[in-house]
Amino acid sequence: MTKLVDVCLTVNGRDYRGQCEPRTLLADFLRDHLDLTGTHVGCEHGVCGACTVLFNGEAARSCLMLAVQADGASITTIEGLAQDGKLHPVQKAFHENHALQCGFCTPGMLAATIDFLNTNASPSEDEVREALSAVLCRCTGYQNIVKAVLAAASQMRPRQDVGGAVNG
Amino acid sequence: MAEADGGKFIGKPILRKEDQRLLTGKGQFVADLKLPGMLHAAFVRSQVAHARIKSVDLSRARQAPGVVYAIAGPELAQMLPPVPDTQLSLPRKWTARVQHRFQNPQQPLLSHDKVRHVGEAVAVVLAETRYQAEDAAELVEVDLEPLPAVVDPIAGLAPDSAVLHEHYGTNLIGDFVVEKGDVEKALAAAPRRLKRRFHHHRYAAIPMECRGVVASHDPRTDSMTIWSACQVVHWLKREASTVLALPEARIRCLALDVGGGFGVKGHVYPEDLLIPFLAREVGRPVKWIEDRFEHFVSACHSRDQIHDVEAGFDDDGRLIAFRDEFYVDCGAWNPIGSGIAYNTAVHLPGPYKFDHFSVRANVVATNKVANAPYRGAGRPEATFAMERVMDLIAAEVGLDPAEVRMRNMIPQSEMPYPLGIPYRDGEMIVYDSGAYPESLRKALDAIGGLSAFREKQRAAREKGRYLGLGLCCYTEGTGVGPFESATVRIDPTGKVYVAGGSCPQGQGMETIFSQIVADVWKVEPQDVVMSLADTSGIAMGFGTIASRSTVTLSAAIHQASEPLRRKVFTIAANMLECAAGDLELRNGAVGVVGVPGNEVSLAAVAKAARPGWDSARPPGMAAGLEETAYYEPPTVTWAYATHAALVEVDPELGCVAIDKYVVVHDCGVVINPMLVDGQIHGGTAQGLGGALLEEMSYDADGQILVGSFMDYLLPGASDMPHLDLVHMHHPSPLNPLGVKGVGEGSAIAPPAAIANAVCDALAPFKLEFNETPIKPERVVRAIWGAQR
Repeated sequence: MTKLVDVCLTVNGRDYRGQCEPRTLLADFLRDHLDLTGTHVGCEHGVCGACTVLFNGEAARSCLMLAVQADGASITTIEGLAQDGKLHPVQKAFHENHALQCGFCTPGMLAATIDFLNTNASPSEDEVREALSAVLCRCTGYQNIVKAVLAAASQMRPRQDVGGAVNG
Repeated sequence: MAEADGGKFIGKPILRKEDQRLLTGKGQFVADLKLPGMLHAAFVRSQVAHARIKSVDLSRARQAPGVVYAIAGPELAQMLPPVPDTQLSLPRKWTARVQHRFQNPQQPLLSHDKVRHVGEAVAVVLAETRYQAEDAAELVEVDLEPLPAVVDPIAGLAPDSAVLHEHYGTNLIGDFVVEKGDVEKALAAAPRRLKRRFHHHRYAAIPMECRGVVASHDPRTDSMTIWSACQVVHWLKREASTVLALPEARIRCLALDVGGGFGVKGHVYPEDLLIPFLAREVGRPVKWIEDRFEHFVSACHSRDQIHDVEAGFDDDGRLIAFRDEFYVDCGAWNPIGSGIAYNTAVHLPGPYKFDHFSVRANVVATNKVANAPYRGAGRPEATFAMERVMDLIAAEVGLDPAEVRMRNMIPQSEMPYPLGIPYRDGEMIVYDSGAYPESLRKALDAIGGLSAFREKQRAAREKGRYLGLGLCCYTEGTGVGPFESATVRIDPTGKVYVAGGSCPQGQGMETIFSQIVADVWKVEPQDVVMSLADTSGIAMGFGTIASRSTVTLSAAIHQASEPLRRKVFTIAANMLECAAGDLELRNGAVGVVGVPGNEVSLAAVAKAARPGWDSARPPGMAAGLEETAYYEPPTVTWAYATHAALVEVDPELGCVAIDKYVVVHDCGVVINPMLVDGQIHGGTAQGLGGALLEEMSYDADGQILVGSFMDYLLPGASDMPHLDLVHMHHPSPLNPLGVKGVGEGSAIAPPAAIANAVCDALAPFKLEFNETPIKPERVVRAIWGAQR
């Protein structure tokens, strides 16, 4: 039996301490050890992107990372996006624009979108399509996802007249 | 039909009920299910295409850490002898009308005599964790005696070919003929003829969620619960009843949230039955979640047909006769029997009017993953053949392809149009409603007009740029039988409960059926409680395949609601001391027409209908407010569409860029336009993926060359064009709401539209693309060939 290793990490603002085999994937750790099954596994080889989570604020494939690599990290999964029962603007835009059908890729789409909009607050349609190519969707043909991301961007954009730092 | 008119919710883009849970991680997919004591299964799958099984050694695997149980095919065959055929039966009317012969090889739950494709399961290991099960599966030693592989369906029919199912003595496991008129005579007399071979290649549904099954046996009641990511829970219950030798009443099958299906989850797989069997054997719940590699090598593929076509036409481009002999590369098994091939045969004529038609289908077993329906189910292959022929006729007679289509289309004045051949339900096909030429005209308008495009194309060619227009018109039978079921119950709280046999995988059924029920019962959509994909909700049901759920379940809901409404009115009349004929449904209540305020709530009526001392129902009336109906559609209702693609081909790199893509479609009355648009977007993306990117390739030994998303390319967001949708609404006369199916349609046209567009763009090279996919390498090679 392989020796178990300790993993301590923060997920959705809550601290977790767990033990797992060194080979345990982060995706499996989140799903099986922490019961956070909102993160989905669609290919286990880092292409489909359904397992994408926010890893210290940046989008990362949780199927291409070992749980031990996340030791000390802060992770946000789909379960942690809504605050006080209120949907995140990206979640809300996905709902209002019918940007999900089966919902399997949705956790990855949301994480990829949030990371993207953090780096580009006013994207063009082409930029959105380029960014979303990190996550595969088989249901929507992407059209309504693109629409939702553009809608979320305009909702989230800091008002220029307020002053202060504006993400570029 | 009255409810459809002036409905408050039908026709509105109501936001989905399903979204809240799916957007917050609270959805539940089969992989998310965790039961106490649950074991995990891993399969050992064949690495060769065709071989005899000499032995399977499980001894090392059985001793591996965490392993609880392991079994191989030969041993399982002793414990669980083959069961009788539980496939879909062929309708009597069809068997009487169509000359046919079908063999029906039954796939064992694990291979025990031979393996017949790479990926076929030979053994299974159960362990405490998935990691341990996979480790142990690696330790299983399978001794195989290789046999020659059949990889080409036409070569597979040669007398000296290896044979997959030896007891048949042939790889031809199905054939039939469909005819009208006298095609030989008409071809001989036709002023012009053309002959071509078309190949619509092998690709697959590839939902983002792979397959998965969890099963748990309760020894106290000897009952089984099966959670499967499938589209047909009632079918699974039926087969499980046979395999497990349990009454159906002791089996509950559910599909939870399902991460896409598109047909690949539309029938019962061996794993769906083996996992419950094992759960009972070991006395613990068992879970199997297919991984992506397994999905490529064991979940069904689709398309893969070769068509040899001869068409006769006149100098005006009018089609006179069409003869097609086609070959389905069926893979090792044929789970849906005649389904795909027969769909292909009867969808060949499409929206065109001609008198002489003959098609012979050959379904051939090969050493590949089984071929089963995928969004379109035989129709994309038919449409590819006919729509390429339309363009080829246009080139022969020197007319624009749009003009040739217009000349051949069934005029609206001739609708409804009897096609003269039977559908697979055995009924003679009648195109019930629609305006085919108008759909083509609207598509040409939406691309900015035909002559404007031709002018732009000429100008571009002078600058060495290759623009092309590709059209594709098709018709599609939707809402096929045999039936769908609905139970409608007025809950004691006044909410309306509906259970149905349909199984959603992302279509938004909870939303659209809530809209329909809300209009039928004059309640709010949030007052509708839907139960789908759960056999405990309703004992008999059919499931979600073949663009049928909106059509058939909405009709079943209507059928169940009518007698229930009469009963509600009778009880309410008793309570209000008025005549039932004076009552109407309004705002979750029953009230006297024209007398505001004089009403009783549905909750009060439900309470009055209860059996017992406090019942307030009229004497002699049965207690309860619940009705179940089985809607048996008279036949299919015909949807149709025209797709138009504007592309630019890069002759150096072979890339096909889609500049504009227009879909003009008619699915009759629309329940939720936002969701219909979503279906069309998704289907078109899948069709474009098949046309340009996706390919399940095999080598000459039957080794599959695809094992990951690195070598099977799904379209990403940047591969997809923006789609322009135009809606037409000719209601179906065949069902209460006037709806037609829309789930599959848009995947049918893109391969033909793209092939036609690329041929049109490269017309100066006189190139033809009669095979898919149209990958850059093939475009470049074709251009090199033409320049030589």
